[in-house]
Amino acid sequence: MKLELRGITKSFGPLVANDHIDLVVEPGQIHALLGENGAGKSTLMNVLFGLYSADEGEILLDDEERTFEGPGDALAAGIGMVHQHFMLVPVFTVAENVMLGHEATKSAGLLDLEAARTRVRELAARFGFELDPDAVVEDLPVGVQQRVEIVKALARDAKVLILDEPTAVLTPQETDELIGIMRQLRDAGTSIVFITHKLREVRAVADVITVIRRGRVVGSASPDAAETELASMMVGRAVSLSLGKAPAQPGDTTFEVRNLTVLDAAGSVVLDDVSFDLARGEILTVAGVQGNGQTELAEALLGLTPPIAGSVRLEGRDLVGLSPREVLDAGVGFVPEDRSVDGLVGDFTVEENLVLDLVHTPAYSRGGALNLGAIRRNAEHRIDEFDIRTQGPAQAAGRLSGGNQQKVVLARELSRPLKLFVASQPTRGVDVGSIEFLHRRIVAERDNGTPVLIVSTELDEVVELADRIAVMYRGRIVGIVPADTPRDVLGLMMAGVPQSEAEQQAAEHPTAGL
Amino acid sequence: MSAAVDTRPAAPAPAARVPSPLARRSWKAPITFGVLGLAALVLFGLLPSGGKETTFAIGASGTWFHLTDFTIPSKAGAIVLSLICLALAGYAAWRVRDGHKPGRWVGAVFGVAWVLAFLTWAVAGKSVSIVSLLQSSLVLAVPLAFGAMGGLLGERAGVVNIAIEGQLLTGAFGAALVASVTHSVYAGLIAAPVAGLLIGSLLALFTVKYRVNQIIVGVVLNVLAVGLTSFLYASVLKPNEATLNSPPRLQAVSIPVLANIPVVGPVLFRQTILVYLLYVAVVVLTISLFRTRWGLRVRAVGEHPLAADTVGINVQATRWRNVLLGSMVAGLGGAFFTLGSVGKFAQEMTAGKGYIALAAMILGRWTPIGSLGAALLFGFANALQLVLSVLDVPVPNQLMLMLPYLVTIVAVAGLVGRVRGPAAAGEPYVKE
Repeated sequence: MKLELRGITKSFGPLVANDHIDLVVEPGQIHALLGENGAGKSTLMNVLFGLYSADEGEILLDDEERTFEGPGDALAAGIGMVHQHFMLVPVFTVAENVMLGHEATKSAGLLDLEAARTRVRELAARFGFELDPDAVVEDLPVGVQQRVEIVKALARDAKVLILDEPTAVLTPQETDELIGIMRQLRDAGTSIVFITHKLREVRAVADVITVIRRGRVVGSASPDAAETELASMMVGRAVSLSLGKAPAQPGDTTFEVRNLTVLDAAGSVVLDDVSFDLARGEILTVAGVQGNGQTELAEALLGLTPPIAGSVRLEGRDLVGLSPREVLDAGVGFVPEDRSVDGLVGDFTVEENLVLDLVHTPAYSRGGALNLGAIRRNAEHRIDEFDIRTQGPAQAAGRLSGGNQQKVVLARELSRPLKLFVASQPTRGVDVGSIEFLHRRIVAERDNGTPVLIVSTELDEVVELADRIAVMYRGRIVGIVPADTPRDVLGLMMAGVPQSEAEQQAAEHPTAGL
Repeated sequence: MSAAVDTRPAAPAPAARVPSPLARRSWKAPITFGVLGLAALVLFGLLPSGGKETTFAIGASGTWFHLTDFTIPSKAGAIVLSLICLALAGYAAWRVRDGHKPGRWVGAVFGVAWVLAFLTWAVAGKSVSIVSLLQSSLVLAVPLAFGAMGGLLGERAGVVNIAIEGQLLTGAFGAALVASVTHSVYAGLIAAPVAGLLIGSLLALFTVKYRVNQIIVGVVLNVLAVGLTSFLYASVLKPNEATLNSPPRLQAVSIPVLANIPVVGPVLFRQTILVYLLYVAVVVLTISLFRTRWGLRVRAVGEHPLAADTVGINVQATRWRNVLLGSMVAGLGGAFFTLGSVGKFAQEMTAGKGYIALAAMILGRWTPIGSLGAALLFGFANALQLVLSVLDVPVPNQLMLMLPYLVTIVAVAGLVGRVRGPAAAGEPYVKE
């Protein structure tokens, strides 16, 4: 089915998320929509899917104008969408999720679960993967959950399939399989809109690329365009994609984690016997698919969750049992994975956020009274140093862009002498330009002689920053490998394959280079 | 897709949620059982009681054959039952030490044995009819069960219905008024859900349409129901007691054949039409919620409204419908107070039963059958208190009056453990 968007405009208050966007997707074509976070890609697709109503513009399917009051209309017209955040009911089975909204019924209005099971098996067999129709969705790994989403869309005979950032939660091997499925679908005549900000994938799979920046279409590119060319289209200026950092000069090993084990509230092991060392002047990055214990590792190091076993020693002092306050005072800088929840107080001003964990020190307060002058001077200095784009120190931090919010968090944590720097997802949701800047700051901290631990689910970032890489799977460290380890090997290790076996498998069966 | 697919490790098996040997074992159950069992041994077994023998009556007239009462020596009986309790505590401790959970039947058997030990001691020297005790347990469970189902209909769709209390109260009021005026209990049974609907529509309006905090709206509606019914009672019903507040009462209807089964018959099948409606409601709701298209969609809306929306389910309409339906079910339960029990409306006569219904819903894990079971438990505590206060047992009556509420707290805090309700309950659905 041919899909055409003409002059789609959608604003949220003063923010114009989509500004007269035109897009044509031909049948049997994979059309990549490339743009940074916040460029308006998802908004556009939500308009197409009937979740938002457009202020202006029209949607044409096979040259016929259509209006969608809600997702129901879009589904009926043959548009399916795999959302970035899965739209699956966690406590339902695969079959129940797939049938939801278009349930087949037997006599007396009872659900015909058997029909749904058969449909799931059929579709799974067509694309060559295993899917148990009776598995409860919340028990499935994310990669499998995504297949459920795809099956869900296909079960309704989607002629246009929208995939919104589908690879964000996948290992490279899973991404490879997804691309295989996408190609199969394309060859069967399905039109695919593939939304992403990952240049590598776009070049591997897209037939046509449309680049969106700040709500506008800034141009299209062919899949054989160079990555730097695509990146500068996305960002609007020349960017350098490689960090080009100097080799590490590791000093003494000052940070040692031994046999760290953490349970979650339900008593399941979420961090399982984790041990590693970190030297001054070295960056260790923790790689892994989201939800494999990285969050728990960072939280245990900060003292937010008490481990049931193991030790964390920083320059000889055991940090286990200390409160987060005491851990921070021991010289640990900590960047939490979700800045808006844990990193910042959105309603506080930029200057207040810049001293959140320092405000009790004599430099910023005396006898319970804030030293407002010092706080303002600090803010002006940091804003300048970190190039934080703000209207001024008194602006509410929540009103800054994601990249600038992240700069505030990093500026605060790097503004005191550190013995250890821990950052989770330091550049999640940050624009390409700011990523480059933040990475340079992190490397500068390393070169100052601080041991640095970075937790990231973005493989690009892991490889870019690492001096060494620790790969986590289901709460365990599968292995600690050098920074130049091939991506195929890392990907297999992220799926739990031990290092030596991963190397062997990767050599025998290289992936498409993702 | 390359050949790599074939050699890849099979898709990881579903995340195993097996508690690890390192997991902290919960000693809560064995310790509770042990302490209670010991208390039973000392209090009921070793302390002096009011008589030497305890008589349990299990017969009723009109059954196929008459079961004779049986009598047991009070002291020995209480000691044996207490020892059974302690043995169960020991078994639970053994299971926990081996890293297992004690199993649900242990708690159930423990509860029965403990209550029997208590009864043996409390009724020593007298006689208690088990049949009438169970009969009134079921009767007293009626408003709780209807209330709990009214609550779960809302919560399954994502709206917390704290206003059950208000729905019961207005239901009771509407039933009394209409039944008095029309001289028909059936008119009263129709009026009760309509009166409950009044509160339900306000709840839906504020929580679903205007997205006000559901807890606050619910509590405010309860207060409104108390104020409104108290005002109307004082200004309209009280001056005209004879014409406006003397409804006919529901009469027990015996179901042929079934009513003649010993013990079971008199307890389950010699009840009022309201009780039979309860049976029907439990069965119909269970099937509808878990086996039909309607139920699947309702549960999807309560768990993940955005996901439901993306497959074309109208979240707001589903919530409206369910809140309204739930308030009617709870309102029908309110008819129990005036048509089934007291025979006239009195101020604030629901006395917090709506909140206990909420507890029954949670204890019943948001299922109709579970809610009925929990309501029966609370109803039993209530019936026990009534029976014992008449028998003049050696426990202060004020203490006995606390019993149903005490059981509620213990049940919800102790037995429930970590339960998971509908994930989106309490959260307004805001579509950007």
